[in-house]
Amino acid sequence: MSRGPAAVVTGLAWLLVCQLVGTALVAALDAPVPGPVVGMVLLLVVLRVRRPRDDHPVLTTSTGLLAHLQLLFVPAGVGILAYVGTVRADVLPLGAGLVVSWGAGLAAVGWTMQALVRRRATGRGAAR
Amino acid sequence: MSAGWDGALDWLRTSPLFLVTLTVVVYALGCRLRDRSGGHPLAQPVLVGVVVVGAVVVALDVDVAAYVDATQVVSFFLGPATVALAVPLHRQWHRLRAVVVPLLVAVLVGAVVSVTSASLVARALGADELLQRTLAPKATTAPVAIALSETLGGIAPLSAALAIVAGTLGAVAGPHLMTWLRLRDPRVRGVALGSVSHGIGTARLLHDSEVEGAFCGLAMGLTALATSLVLPVLAALLF
Repeated sequence: MSRGPAAVVTGLAWLLVCQLVGTALVAALDAPVPGPVVGMVLLLVVLRVRRPRDDHPVLTTSTGLLAHLQLLFVPAGVGILAYVGTVRADVLPLGAGLVVSWGAGLAAVGWTMQALVRRRATGRGAAR
Repeated sequence: MSAGWDGALDWLRTSPLFLVTLTVVVYALGCRLRDRSGGHPLAQPVLVGVVVVGAVVVALDVDVAAYVDATQVVSFFLGPATVALAVPLHRQWHRLRAVVVPLLVAVLVGAVVSVTSASLVARALGADELLQRTLAPKATTAPVAIALSETLGGIAPLSAALAIVAGTLGAVAGPHLMTWLRLRDPRVRGVALGSVSHGIGTARLLHDSEVEGAFCGLAMGLTALATSLVLPVLAALLF
């Protein structure tokens, strides 16, 4: 596989085409998921079917992009400033609702999945 | 002289070059801070970036909408980066197959708990119905939170802002809380954080562990889907 700058462009082209097709599918089907998430599923299918080598441009470019995923959220995070004024009177219910619900959701998902994974593991052990 | 200074300030306030440079430089400093502090929870580059860039935006009196507009070249890559989450998932495929059913059940439970608890806690503390509807989809990734808030009749851009706060909370406090909750399996940790802190939680976990990051990204996508499915039913019961 080609390396160097061309590889980044090839990898980015793969990602953009998947996003474009995913976005088009969402628009056509009026589906309640974001286009890039459908694009993620499409790329996963392609990767499972074609099983590219570890140095394939789409793999190296994706790894590089994901290493700095946090950077991409900074503009949206700063954008929150625009709403500080409107929620000032409701900071307590919104803030407490958000934090409590975030913790409750985390615990509910974590404990549910952990219990189910353990039950499967012990079930299998007993069957053997 | 002062006219020149004012002119320069006006240029800074709208220049994509200055605002993008500011964002990237502060983020890079945030990365160094994280590495130098040995990964301190508060030294997450996204938090350092938002706080420091936000402070500069306020200090220079930059219009927030103009900042968001000027930095679209950065935000644009959220799309391809979301697609790229297929790569860690592909690498962790052998770990995924064994836990598909527990994962799907847990994500569905999480969507119900997130929407219900957010609405009820906000109501108990005196939020009106508009704000409860605005807070309900906050566990989903920002573009989905906007779409769901619109169908619910909430304030869509505020829903996106709340989703970003939930994500940042996950990047900062998620790993510690999960350890405190005795969640040790990296697959479980990834799914749990992805269900409540979507892409920003994923960004944090990918830096810590590829297994956690891969499952976090997957849970982000599935939570978007699950929340979209349960929200109409829950809305009929809650409001």
